[in-house]
Amino acid sequence: MSTAEATADWRLPSPRKVGMACLILTESALFTIFVVAYLFYIGKSLAGPLPSEVLEFPWLGSIALIGSSGTIMVAERFLHSKNHRGFLLWWGITVALGVYFIYFTGAEWHHLIYEKNITISTNVFGTTFYSLVGLHASHVLVGLLLLAVVFVASLRGKIPSDHTEHVEMISWYWHFVDAIWLVVLTVVYIISVRAS
Amino acid sequence: MANVVRKSGLGAAGYPAVFAGFLFALAGGLYGQGAGSEYPMKRVADMFQPLSRPAEMIHGSAVMVLWVTGGIFVVVTALLVYILLKFRKKETDDGSEPPQIYGSSHIELAWTVIPILITVVLILVTSRTIGEIQNAKMPENALKVRLVGHQWWWEVHYPELGIITANEVHVPVSDRDPAKARPTHFELQSADVIHSFWVPQLAGKTDLVPNRTNETWIDPYEPGVYFGNCAEYCGTQHANMLLRVIVHTPEGFEEWVRQMKAPVAPPATPDEIAGHRLFYDTSCVNCHKVDGTVAEGVFGPDLTKLMTRQTIGAGVAPLDDKNLWQWVKDPQVLKVGCLMPDMQLTDKETDLIVAYLKTLE
Amino acid sequence: MAEATTNPQDEFVAPAPEPVGRESGSLTRIIQELVFTVDHKKLGLMYIGSGLFFFVVAGCMAALIRAQLFFPSNDFLEPDVFNRFFTMHGTAMVFLVGMPIIFGFANYLIPLMIGARDMAFPRLNAFGFWVFLFSGILLYFSYLGAPGLYAAGSAPDVGWFAYSPLTARAFSRGTSTDYWTLSLLLGGIGSISTAINILVTVFCYRCKGMLLGRMPLFVWMFVVVAFLVVIALPPLSACQIMLLLDRYLGAKFFDTQAGGSAVLWQHFFWIFGHPEVYILILPGFAIASEVIPVFSRKPIFGYPVMVAASVMIAFISLGVWAHHMFTVGMTSLGNTFFAISTMLVAIPTGIKIFNWLGTMYGGKLRFDLPMMFCIGFLFQFLIAGLTGVMLAVAPFDWQLSDSYFVVAHFHYVLIGALLYAIFAGIYYWYPKAFGRMPSARLGHWHFWLFTVGFHLTFFPQHISGFLGMPRRIFTYEADRGWEIWNQISTVGVLFQIPGILFFVVNLLYSYFKGPKSGDDPWDAWTLEWATTSPPPEYNFAELPEVKSRRPLWDLKHPEDPDWKFE
Repeated sequence: MSTAEATADWRLPSPRKVGMACLILTESALFTIFVVAYLFYIGKSLAGPLPSEVLEFPWLGSIALIGSSGTIMVAERFLHSKNHRGFLLWWGITVALGVYFIYFTGAEWHHLIYEKNITISTNVFGTTFYSLVGLHASHVLVGLLLLAVVFVASLRGKIPSDHTEHVEMISWYWHFVDAIWLVVLTVVYIISVRAS
Repeated sequence: MANVVRKSGLGAAGYPAVFAGFLFALAGGLYGQGAGSEYPMKRVADMFQPLSRPAEMIHGSAVMVLWVTGGIFVVVTALLVYILLKFRKKETDDGSEPPQIYGSSHIELAWTVIPILITVVLILVTSRTIGEIQNAKMPENALKVRLVGHQWWWEVHYPELGIITANEVHVPVSDRDPAKARPTHFELQSADVIHSFWVPQLAGKTDLVPNRTNETWIDPYEPGVYFGNCAEYCGTQHANMLLRVIVHTPEGFEEWVRQMKAPVAPPATPDEIAGHRLFYDTSCVNCHKVDGTVAEGVFGPDLTKLMTRQTIGAGVAPLDDKNLWQWVKDPQVLKVGCLMPDMQLTDKETDLIVAYLKTLE
Repeated sequence: MAEATTNPQDEFVAPAPEPVGRESGSLTRIIQELVFTVDHKKLGLMYIGSGLFFFVVAGCMAALIRAQLFFPSNDFLEPDVFNRFFTMHGTAMVFLVGMPIIFGFANYLIPLMIGARDMAFPRLNAFGFWVFLFSGILLYFSYLGAPGLYAAGSAPDVGWFAYSPLTARAFSRGTSTDYWTLSLLLGGIGSISTAINILVTVFCYRCKGMLLGRMPLFVWMFVVVAFLVVIALPPLSACQIMLLLDRYLGAKFFDTQAGGSAVLWQHFFWIFGHPEVYILILPGFAIASEVIPVFSRKPIFGYPVMVAASVMIAFISLGVWAHHMFTVGMTSLGNTFFAISTMLVAIPTGIKIFNWLGTMYGGKLRFDLPMMFCIGFLFQFLIAGLTGVMLAVAPFDWQLSDSYFVVAHFHYVLIGALLYAIFAGIYYWYPKAFGRMPSARLGHWHFWLFTVGFHLTFFPQHISGFLGMPRRIFTYEADRGWEIWNQISTVGVLFQIPGILFFVVNLLYSYFKGPKSGDDPWDAWTLEWATTSPPPEYNFAELPEVKSRRPLWDLKHPEDPDWKFE
């Protein structure tokens, strides 16, 4: 445990990484509760539309969001190789894909509310669906805000090299939001649709 | 009492029966003390005086854990006191530091293993008691009762007997011998928020949860009036959502059932008749039910046999003339916040309604 | 603060003195400093000060509750007023007293103990404090701003754990419940921020040589606490969000008429609520683990086991929550599982008591104020833990749950153990924070008065619980056997109040008149004692380098340093 070598080469983890990891951990705990609520209430609605009756698998939105995890990684690679224009392009594509996901979710909700007549107060499915998907969407919005700030900043000049970790942390957050979407897809659009 | 006198064709056994009935009515109705008040009042609900099988099972595990924890307390406290006395810094101290001991694996192991062993014993006893109580099989002759909790009163149904009452649960005494036992099985439901059924001498508590049916059972050994409380905070008058379980002798229970199923005599005196009419003209019938009449309200307690009960307002006051009058006049005085509103009755109107209510026995 | 490596050989240049401007010490200057500060020490003291303020307020409510319960069928307090008092008392004590005081201790001491200059995120730190303070003001504002059933201002009255469906729109009209919900939602954000700050600080800002295995136990316990906060506070936030959705958007999370589950609230709340009580008590253990060794003149007995036991407690505590729900109608399998897990958590907890005793054994005990309160802590925590074991026996809990026995149990934990540890910590680190010694005489009055009062109030409640007295009742009938125990319980308040007065007077008096303490009045061994009292804003002139768990012991005993034996 205690050796002279350990103290001579005193290296501690990066605070930004530990901080973002803690944030992701705590947000995961929050999402877990909403996912558990969703799973618990499958099949328990007394009336009203069921998931299989109203939900369609969100192909385009999911491809956009999952794809944006790929494009953000490409952007980061350009950042590391100091290719400013490459970084700007792929970061911009990431933002665009994120914006598309929000539009897609909004359109889906509009359809569900006005054409399928299911709202958060219709039945327990509506409650758990909108709260879980909405919680996720709100996190996507926050992520988009962070992405946009970086985008605007890099439009006005290069990202300084000692800020690469900041950008990396934002991409961690973005990957986390993506991973949550995979869970939502599985629980909402696959499991509950099959079960109802 | 009226129905006893009006029986026709009494026969040879009739007069003793009338006399016995008179005595029962005397005990039950005449003093306005409610059915069952001839039994000992067990006001002090001491869980260490269990008088029912589930309460006794709990008592067994309670005593065991008290001995174990008591023993641990004595040993550790003695050790603490010894340490405080033996190792306090003396006046003659030379200021040097004592030997700096960092730990000892042997000692650590000992005081890890011993608690683990104690815990294993506790776990075994606990698991067994949980199973014994929760998974007990009810015999065929078990009495079935369904309790529905309301803010702040208890609705009591006997589905197999066709009896509905409130705030008192009447059951027959059981027997310590399992072959002769007649336990009472409860289904517990709620009409609004979470309540809890707790009569410590008879059983542990079980909650009444809306949209859910819970179960519990009691197996009482001694006749008596057992006091209990709602034990889950349920709003303003949680403190006055009181409960009595009246454990009858087998004969007493049959008599109570007979009394509860006997039809209520129609009102006879002018006051009773006027009160009866007033009861329907005012909105009493919106909330209350009286068997054999058009009053079908279920929001409030069933009043069919009101006068057989020991208390009014779910135990907030004994059921006597004064309290009954006050309750009808303005229940908010006796139980502020309760969901029966002040009906703004005049004194005369109250007199009439009370006259009618006193026929409900 | 961005550097993760420091070379102690570097010459450290102290920053220039504050520019002379308005006299420091004027009220505007002081307020300005406090409002804008991001210094962990000032924020720490502000947390503790605010927590003590809410302690007095919530304590007054408790005194009034006890007054009402002195006589059976008493009408000193209306039922609604009483119900609001116990709700506010419980909510405030947990969220506005317990949490801020423990975070105050963490904030003040962790950077000092690990040889850092501040917390990792000083501005986030300030944010956490102000969010907490706002949440407290919001909760109490409900007395003025929340129309209740009778259109009068009214505070929440649903109990501190606010079971549904009592909190539904239908049963809690007006906005009083929403003040509770919003206050806790905000407070949770503050707590999570502080917890993340603690974790990053400890993992990323330790001074050279301070391996994780060389940190003071105080810091280790707060790492465990912060980890628990990060995992267990979000379920509370989820509950609040769900409740708000139910009450305002007609959602059906807990709407039993629409198929919702009242029990689901309990699960989610207690998944937060049980770890919460460990979040509250572990800092008490942290303080005791620093004070007891110093006043026994020996290192803590079994440091690695203490760390392991704390980590085990944290993990197991995430799996015991439904022992608050033994009466709700779970299956015998569910009840058995949670009874077992609850008993398991008693094992590492008990081990810690033995380790503290092992620390004292063979030592030279000094009964200064911090140690007196730690001894009270040990004795009372023993009782609290044992009544906890009784409650873990699920069938016994079927009698004891929701009775005054539980009230007695948790007050023995939170007052008897946690508050005593907090008193010990305040008296121990007071000289460090203010440069003056607290008065031992006033402290003795505080200790004895409060201890007599505490036991008088809470011990009889075990008995009224045994006799069937439920919780949260604003009155009771005579002849239930409860009168005498309630009366003794209320008399105890008459001793606690002067006890607390002596404490407050001690804090104020010693600030102005206490003898100067110097850097290290207790002859202790951790890094906070290696700087001045009070420390400068930058904490250390030179960041230290350590070779053992007790760097000051090594300096004071060069012939017998710890690093030779660890």
